[in-house]
Formats: sequence, structure tokens, C-alpha cells
Amino acid sequence: MFAYVVRRALQGVLVLFVVAFIAFTMFRFVGDPLDGLLGQEATQLDRVELRERLGLNDAVPVQFARFVGNALQGEFGNSYRNGVPVAGMIAERLPATLELALVSALFATLLGIALGVYTAINRDGWLANTIMSASLIGVSLPTFLIGVLLIWVFAVELGWLPSFGRGETGNLFGWDSSLVTVSGLKSLVLPAITLGLYQMTLVMRLVRAEMLEVLRTDYIRFARARGLSERAVNFGHALKNTLVPVITIIGLQVGQITAFAIVTETVFQWPGVGLLFINAIQFVDIPVMATYLLLVGTLFVTINLIVDVLYAVIDPRLRAERPAGGAST
Amino acid sequence: MPPTRSDDKVGDTTVTVPRPGRLSRAWQSDIAWSFRHSPVAIVAAIVFFTLVFAALAAPLIAPHTPFDPATLNLMDGFTPPMGEGLGSGSLYWLGTDDQGRDVFSTILYGMRLSLMIGLAAVGFAAVLGVSLGLIAGYAGGWVDALIMRIADIQLTFPSILVALLIFGVARGLLPPESREQMAVWVLILSIGLSEWVQFARTVRSSAMVEAKKDYVQAARLVGRRPVAILFRHLLPNVMGPVLVIGTIYLALAIITEATLSFLGVGAPPTSPSLGTLINIGQDYLFSGEWWILLFPSLTLLALALSVNLLGDWLRDVLNPKLR
Repeated sequence: MFAYVVRRALQGVLVLFVVAFIAFTMFRFVGDPLDGLLGQEATQLDRVELRERLGLNDAVPVQFARFVGNALQGEFGNSYRNGVPVAGMIAERLPATLELALVSALFATLLGIALGVYTAINRDGWLANTIMSASLIGVSLPTFLIGVLLIWVFAVELGWLPSFGRGETGNLFGWDSSLVTVSGLKSLVLPAITLGLYQMTLVMRLVRAEMLEVLRTDYIRFARARGLSERAVNFGHALKNTLVPVITIIGLQVGQITAFAIVTETVFQWPGVGLLFINAIQFVDIPVMATYLLLVGTLFVTINLIVDVLYAVIDPRLRAERPAGGAST
Repeated sequence: MPPTRSDDKVGDTTVTVPRPGRLSRAWQSDIAWSFRHSPVAIVAAIVFFTLVFAALAAPLIAPHTPFDPATLNLMDGFTPPMGEGLGSGSLYWLGTDDQGRDVFSTILYGMRLSLMIGLAAVGFAAVLGVSLGLIAGYAGGWVDALIMRIADIQLTFPSILVALLIFGVARGLLPPESREQMAVWVLILSIGLSEWVQFARTVRSSAMVEAKKDYVQAARLVGRRPVAILFRHLLPNVMGPVLVIGTIYLALAIITEATLSFLGVGAPPTSPSLGTLINIGQDYLFSGEWWILLFPSLTLLALALSVNLLGDWLRDVLNPKLR
């Protein structure tokens, strides 16, 4: 068990190392780092001096070591576009993204499990069939289109919910949150549904498939034979045994949610890191792009590690030595 | 070699059973049978090929030439569907946008661009992924380890994020003047590079199995070069799943392209794809010009859904194990 976790952690560190190297390469070789720091009227002499002062003449490995060292201290350089430290820009916008991702994941999990159980128990009901067919369209709809259509219906036509921004934010344990004000909560509804809809259908289909499998097993038949209520059989026995794969899928989907937060944040002009990243791409603001890459890389590696460890806790077979090169997805 | 049907001998006379023609053999094949018995696949195919045809024949079908400023009449702007333009008096089936461009025509040209980028990106991803997968599976050892570790690392990140990053880096490397002209190529490159992994993984695992078989050993014994073994002998035997992945990834590539263009980092407004059109249409939702948004969205949905359904059907027919 311990060896397994250590091996996984080392792999994670290796991935992070590669990500850091890519970020460094972008930072150093795509565009000239000097352009963002010097004004239009800088002389050649200024450039040479600044090159020397920033250590851009050192050997590349030395520069890479310095880059990693700085990154570990939360030092990511200044944005080319507006000259302020990138770390501050990201820190300011991270709460908005995390809040959106968290609410979406909750929405996807709770509604997904509920609908999955419903469609599995009433597998031939007309409502269950309608839900299943609708989920197929939900999977094919691109995230941005869901967002735009929701805005159209609920913000433009019905006028129930705001179409952009976070609304008013209040202070929740030192965290700039829109969960504590009415307008904040209202602004959160559409983006959260947009972002979570795909994951919701995924969870629903998974829960349904697993439930159908479990409902056929002998222990469910015995539970029925014992005269347990339908409710106790479905929720106490069947649902419990479907949750292991569901938990891992949700864990792995957190990465997807973070990636598609970029799209959702653009549609709803949600002031999070995803919107920052898109703007950085539009203006070729390399330091912001590199820092976002590092941030997301760290997040994904951590999530994968947690899921791997959870797997090992749940499934004893994984704790044993596995053959090298086994498919791990 | 087993005797073919045509030289079967019955007694002294030779009975020749004519071999069915190509068309009728194709009609009676397993794939055609399951196609004829799957209404979903038939409808999806009709929709998909209609859209492809409309996209290919766009210059012939389109009633207007939306990207030629000389033919535009600003007075025709915001004409609702089935309305007549105030300036020119011509009929617009699906209305016009702010500059008086015919929505139906822009959709046709936009779909053309979306399909082209999608196909080119998947083609690029397939060539890259299949080549790397073949090499990894056949060579084994450190080559295999290196390629598959790169694939693993890339797989840690969602493909949309990879495409966005590659797109951003490519923009950074290009001089600002040529960014707009090169946008289509950068899109193909970034989407292609973000999707090669699944091709490589699938091809690698089948190539590893095939490489141990006798015909490969025989080819090696007669002294064929590794490149010839890879592409003449191994390749035809690992192509089945590639076709399935290719179809499913075509839908993904079209959606990714639309997403990038919608985000404003893809096809430029001067030569819009479906995603760009939806992005433009979004701006007019609040002022009530719903048609500028709705029709491109429906087209994108029809395109993505039909490719997805065809891909699902193809996967079930060709390789039930992939399910």
C-alpha cells in the first residue's frame, strides 16, 4: 500500500516536472520576455542591461532551476499585458472559479445520482425513457451552446435570472463568495447548470447502468425475499454498491469541469481564472498562460493521486504489485 | 489455397456459379445489413450527407455571396427570416445579420469551414497517432516507453485545454500580421495535436499483438525493412478500430473547433465557422434578433449529433469490444 502510493506520487511529480518544463519553455522562448517589461522607447543598451539583470544570458538549466524555484515561492513574473504580478491576478480570481466548479460538481452528482436511480428503477416508464433520450442530446450539445441557449430562455425571454457576472459578493470566512447574497446565488444558477450538465448526464448514465447490474444480483433477490421494503432494497442495498465507480468518475471529472470552466466563464463573463486564461491567449500574454498551465497541472496531478489512493483503499487487489505497463485509465 | 466457387467440379461438367458483383456483395455485407436495420443510423447518415453535400456545394447553393462586401446592402441588415431586405428587396429565407449578410449563406460557408477543419484535424491526428502507435507497438523498449509516457501525460489534461494551449503558443510564435490568415492552419494543428493519443493507444495495443504473429516474422525473415513491415503489413491489420475512433473524434473535433471559434480564439469573423457565427449571434440575443443565433446553433447540433450517432453505430458494428 505504502509503496503503491509512493510510486504514484513519484509519477505525479514527474508529470509536474514535465509540465513545469513546458511552462518554462513557453515563458522563455515564445515571445520575448523583455517586450513586456520595456516600453516602446527602450534603447538597445537597456535591453542588454535588462537581459543581464534578469539572468537571461545564463545557461538554460540554470534558468529552469530558477524558474522552478520562483514558482515554488509563488513568484510567476508579471503579466505582459498590464504589468502586475501574475500570482496576484490568479489569486484574486481563483475563488470565483473554485466556487463555480464546486457548485457544478455538486449539481452533477446529486441530480445525476437521483435521475440515474429513477431511470434504473422505472426502466420502462415513459418519463425514464424521455430522460434517457434527452441525455443523448445533452451529451452532443457543446457546453457553450448550452450556456447560450440557457441565457436565451431564462435571462432574455423569461427574465428570471441574470445572464452575466457573479452578482453581489459577500464575505464568507474571508472568501469572496457569491453564495451568501441573493443576487450572487441567482447569478450562479445558469453557469453551474451549463458547466455541470455534461457531467450530470455522465453520472446519471453510469448510475443507471450500475444499478441495473446490481438489481439483477442474488443478494438483491434475497433482500426482497426477506421482505424488505422496496425503498430499503433500492437505496440501502443497491445504490450503496453502485457508488464506488461513481465516486472515481466524479473525481476524474473535476479536471474536465475545470477545463470547461474556461468556456462557461467566457459565456457568462464570470470573473474567474478561465476567463483570465482566454484573455491571455487572445493577447498572447505568455506569463499568465504558463502560470495557468502550472496551476491546472498541479490540480490534475493532485486529483489523480487522490483517486489512485482511494482506489487502493477501496480495492485491495490494487495494493499488490501490478505488472509494469498495465493500462491505467 | 482452397478452391474458389467458380472451379468447383460436379462430376465431369464444370458448373460455374457467377460471383456476385461488387455492389450486391456490398449490399449483402454485415455492415450494410445492420445499416438497413438501424433506423437511427439511416436518419443520421441522411442528415450527415445532406449537410456535407450542402457544405461542398455551398458556392452553387448559396443564394448570396456573404463575404463579398460589394454585394452586401447595409439597408438589408437584421431582416427577419422569410423577410425582404429593406434595401435590395431580395428575399432572405433565414434572415440577415447586422451587416446584411444572408444567414443561410453564411451557415453554408461556415459549415464548409467547420467540416474542413474537423476532417483535416482528425486526419492529422490519425496519421500522427497511428504512426506513433505502430512504432511504439512494434519497436517496444524505451521507444515505446517514451511515446506512451508522453501520451499518458497529455491524457492527464482535457483535450480542449491542450488545444487552447497549443493554439496560444502557436499564436505567440507567429508574427501578429499573419495571425488571422494562419488561424485555420493553427486550428487544425492544435486540434490534431490534442487528439492523437487515443489513436496511438489503440493502434499500439493491436500492433503489439500483430507483431508476434507469423506473417510479420516471415516478412522480417525475407528481409523487408521495418518501415515496410509497419505500413504495408501491420497497418492494414490494425485499421478497424481506427475508423471507429476517427468517426467519434470527428464529432469531437467539430465541437472543439466550434468552441475555440466561439471563444474568439479560432476562425476570425472575416471567414467565420459555425462557432464564430454563434459567437456573433450571441450579441444580438438581447435585442431580439434571435435568428442570427438560432440557425447556426441548430446546424452545429445537427452536424455533431449525426456524426456522433454514426460513430456509435459504427462502433457497435465493427468492434463490439470497444463499447
